[in-house]
Amino acid sequence: MPALDVLTTVGEVREVWLDNGLKILIKELHTTPLVSVFSWYRVGSGDEPSGLTGVSHWVEHMNFKGTAQIPRDRMKGIVEKSGGMWNGYTWIDQTTYLETASSAALDQMLFLEAQRMSASLFERHECEAERTVIISELQGGENDPEQLLDIEVTATALRVHPYGHPTLGWLQDLQSMTRDDLYGHYRRYYVPRNATLVVVGNVDADDVVRRVERHFGQIPGGEIARHNRPEEPSQLGERRVMLEREGTTSYLKLAYPAPAARDAGFFPLLVLDAVLTGAKGLSLWCAFRGAPPQRKSRLYTSLVDQGLASMVSGAVLPTIDPFLYTLSMTAADGVPLEALEEAALGQLEDVMRHGVTDVEVARAKRQLRARLVFENDSVTNVAHQLGYFETVGGAGYFEEVEDRIASVTVQQVVEAAKHRLNPMRRTVGWFRPTGLRP
Amino acid sequence: MNSATLAKGLSPTRVVLDNGIVILAQESRGTPAVAVNATFHAGSVDDPPALPGVAYLTRRTIDRGTVQRSATDIADALDDRGVSLRVAVARHTFTISCVCLTEDFSDILALVADIGRHPMFPEEEIDKRRLEAITSVREAQDDPSRVAVDLVHAQLYGASHPYGRPIKGTVGSLEAIGREHLVGFHNRYLVPSALRLAVAGDVSPSTVLACSARVFEGWRGFDRPQEPVAPPPSRTGRSFRAKHMPGKSQADIGYGFTSVRRLDPRYNAYWIMNNVLGQFGLGGRLADNIRERQGMAYYAYSTMESTEAEGPLVIRAGVDPNDVERAIEAIDAEVQALRDGGPTIDELEDTREALIGSIPRMFETNESIAEFLQHAEQFGLGLDYDRRLPALIRAVTMDDVREAARGVLDPGRAAVAVAGPRP
Repeated sequence: MPALDVLTTVGEVREVWLDNGLKILIKELHTTPLVSVFSWYRVGSGDEPSGLTGVSHWVEHMNFKGTAQIPRDRMKGIVEKSGGMWNGYTWIDQTTYLETASSAALDQMLFLEAQRMSASLFERHECEAERTVIISELQGGENDPEQLLDIEVTATALRVHPYGHPTLGWLQDLQSMTRDDLYGHYRRYYVPRNATLVVVGNVDADDVVRRVERHFGQIPGGEIARHNRPEEPSQLGERRVMLEREGTTSYLKLAYPAPAARDAGFFPLLVLDAVLTGAKGLSLWCAFRGAPPQRKSRLYTSLVDQGLASMVSGAVLPTIDPFLYTLSMTAADGVPLEALEEAALGQLEDVMRHGVTDVEVARAKRQLRARLVFENDSVTNVAHQLGYFETVGGAGYFEEVEDRIASVTVQQVVEAAKHRLNPMRRTVGWFRPTGLRP
Repeated sequence: MNSATLAKGLSPTRVVLDNGIVILAQESRGTPAVAVNATFHAGSVDDPPALPGVAYLTRRTIDRGTVQRSATDIADALDDRGVSLRVAVARHTFTISCVCLTEDFSDILALVADIGRHPMFPEEEIDKRRLEAITSVREAQDDPSRVAVDLVHAQLYGASHPYGRPIKGTVGSLEAIGREHLVGFHNRYLVPSALRLAVAGDVSPSTVLACSARVFEGWRGFDRPQEPVAPPPSRTGRSFRAKHMPGKSQADIGYGFTSVRRLDPRYNAYWIMNNVLGQFGLGGRLADNIRERQGMAYYAYSTMESTEAEGPLVIRAGVDPNDVERAIEAIDAEVQALRDGGPTIDELEDTREALIGSIPRMFETNESIAEFLQHAEQFGLGLDYDRRLPALIRAVTMDDVREAARGVLDPGRAAVAVAGPRP
């Protein structure tokens, strides 16, 4: 029997806790013959001590490399043979694994996730083979000037908090980390009490509970032993980072300290970002699904429509601890970064001084409401949203999002602009190409 | 028709209007949203040979003002409804698409129709979007993965074949394109007889048809004769091109062949063959070798673009500059092995089941349903294509796949490219 079994009224999500502490979120959606399973672990690069940066992401890779009952070469077939897709990702607060396939394959998917939680092998030669794969992933990202700039700006803006290092880790740590480091991290965090299992799709919730109990019920609950995450000290003055290397295009990035997901200031900043750059998805998964509606946004009209930038985007994402609000711009061909920065900062200063209009805030809120609908358009996306917000916001957070957005006032957005866009607390990053690549 | 029907497969409605526009509607009540996908049978193959990028600059400018609506009016209409309009161009298609809330469907369809029918191409908007397009071309020149693939395409097709020309054009061609080229492209190619409208989501087919009849009423245009694209030049040997890109960390390898037309009877065998080579299990045999066994790359896979002419089959891998030769040797070995021995019985069966099982995932979102309907319409595959597909996949034999491998995979005729830093 589950330890606790509750049907929440919002969205008809069934919440179940097993005796070992594993939380299960189940939502029946019978619009397709599919089911999506996500295993969420409350561990990410924000939980990594110095010297072990990138360990969470590397552990994620190792969880595709075979378990006690699934040899590595059989792992890929478990879901794919049923026509399913499977993957995983790691970010600053979370590591997640997902499968979406025919609901007839639910047992195989749960078996795979239970094995991942309790019985991954971490064989030494597999860890070594993966070291170079991950370094290749890191170097592939470095080929992209925008990613390079993002890494440098984040590390400059956050000096103390572990959100400051890249999720993939620093190269030196990836070169020196051992199999025991990886396995220790795995055993510490991959326990039922630190996980949420989400099942969404063409299933019967009672049947799901029985199956989950069968696959996960015997796994010991474990204890959660978190590293303390040091608090980021207040920033006292503007910081700058300049990258110069071969390339063709200039990029500008601005970063400001942002509130945590549960901070009262989060939703006003979300609306402010929609005023500045258009509303995008509310989670990491959804934020990059297509460009936002932004043709009327402040920075699009003042930078892109004026020929200074070819692209502008903003990012404020729900996180457990305070992270960053970033604004990214691609300079239009031939436009010097000085001119782009002056125009961008001028716009932000204007918003700080003169505020935003009722019309802008109303439009931003309508856009965010539409995005909430668009983001829940498949069993995979619904399962992601349930698990993501549970992991970074805690129980009940996702259900509140729509109302929290609706209740943001113009005055709150104006205050957010004054408070959050303080020049003394910004980090400015430039990528300037040293020569044109023909 | 309701959402439960969709669980068993698609059941789209298809109607052809008097002016030749094909309307495809699939109701799906999962979310209160609708995907609108208006695709013209026109694309970069229709660019003037000396002026690549006309279709691309048209795509960037077409939604920036119509006879009735200024660019600001369009921006208001979209942003006020949270709609992000996408205009995309490929070799044979020109697509205006978006997702909107159900309550906005008729307004948004009217806007999409207006953009397709009456674009004004204001000079000031052309200048702005030209600058964006040039910036985008420059960014691509700095991306080793895109450079490597472009170099493969250039070797496979040559500059005289429409598939060998860059879809985005060049900095030079974009600077030379004027308003008259965009207006000409629109008048000649973006005509009602070339348009297919697919709508999927929380709206009934009868509503889709009624709205479509209204917004497209009175639109007439000349039929454009469909000119088939010539086959690519035949390859007699292996070729290699490299682009030195200092300052980059990793080198990208492209390695390709031309495959078969989408309507070639051998297509499904090629599809399965490519799945074994570079798709199944996050990268097929290529990833097994290059990533899993040798730890050389984060990504190693192959893609096959089967379209109206023989599209490219391209293998890609990103590796340390010191591993380029070893990675190309590994690709050669896998290509040769599949050519010589074909897939194993297990590989064939796993791939067949994976492809059949993946069909319902093609309909997870309204957007993906609309795209599936467009693909089926483009190639005349029929309204029941999703239901016939399992049998078509099961009908592919081991001999068919072996023949496909022998037909396309040959290291001696590969087009190989490397873009990145020197070791």
